[in-house]
Amino acid sequence: MAKKKRVKKIKGFAKQFMPYQEIKHLGSTERIKKILKIVFGNSILILQGRLKPEEETRLIEDTMAMIGHVKDFKGVELAVIGSGGAPDGLFEKFKQRIVTTLSGADLGAITIIGPATVVKEIKQDPKKIELILGK
Amino acid sequence: MAIKIFTNFFKKVLNNIFRNKKNIKLGFYGPPNAGKTSLANRICKDFTGEEIGSVSKVPHETRHVQFKEKVEIKYKGKSMIFKMIDTPGITTKVDYEDFLKYKVKKKDAKSRAKEATQGIIESIKWLDDMDLVVVVLDSTENPYNQVNITIIGNLVARKIPVLVVANKSDLKKANVKKIEEAFPEYEVVGISAKYGKNLEEFYESIFKLSKKVK
Repeated sequence: MAKKKRVKKIKGFAKQFMPYQEIKHLGSTERIKKILKIVFGNSILILQGRLKPEEETRLIEDTMAMIGHVKDFKGVELAVIGSGGAPDGLFEKFKQRIVTTLSGADLGAITIIGPATVVKEIKQDPKKIELILGK
Repeated sequence: MAIKIFTNFFKKVLNNIFRNKKNIKLGFYGPPNAGKTSLANRICKDFTGEEIGSVSKVPHETRHVQFKEKVEIKYKGKSMIFKMIDTPGITTKVDYEDFLKYKVKKKDAKSRAKEATQGIIESIKWLDDMDLVVVVLDSTENPYNQVNITIIGNLVARKIPVLVVANKSDLKKANVKKIEEAFPEYEVVGISAKYGKNLEEFYESIFKLSKKVK
């Protein structure tokens, strides 16, 4: 009988799913505050949609500002899976733009944000994301 | 109305004539240890005889934005003046323990980490001031990293022309094609900053992109 492999348990983390609706009405500052609050609580956030490019950099800036100020916080791991590449044809592009404008975000995308102490690495390629957890 | 059209036309013509006299702010962005300073050093050394900053195997060697004013790049009979801006590598996490692997003392590692986080904030703040940006990526690493996508996304949102450089093409593990596949909408130039490989194509692309600078 094969010996059972000892797996080091990672204590005290959770996954949290957040529909875009929950941050849609918020301004960029509040949006990032809400996201970071979840990450500081040692949770991996799976967010429907994606942040704007300037919000992503703001998230990095705020993350850097918190390193050394929040106990054991070393930053975040971040990844976005897109909604399947750029649409083909003018009509498809136009349709996607209308959907994005009405919803306020690319709802086909998924953003994953986790504390670097829990998520060691996110391996990403165009079609899949692999989360490597560990201390 | 006619006078306004006439004035705008002359402004455009004059701008085109004197464009090469302009001090174009050329930024070097990318993740840590991709070779931003090595590339900036190579260019500065070739055209001014001086380097812009120090390089190291330890990540986050550049922890402050550093400049070199009025670098005149001459290529195939053309010349252009640039303000070279080398920035600290952008990442989403900084852990002082990572520096201990390079035999950096704990106290120094902690202060290096603190400076690195401040450097990243400084890099991001400087994005608004760039005329043209070279995103330097390590061609031995996976290009599908959210930080790379975030940097390029921000440059596009600010309408800043972008050139993607796949550095370290001299290494066995280098995969320039993978970077081209990851960023099909951008011009990708494979180079080796360390050995000065393929810099002609790099200068060609820089001169071409400079025309798009507003």
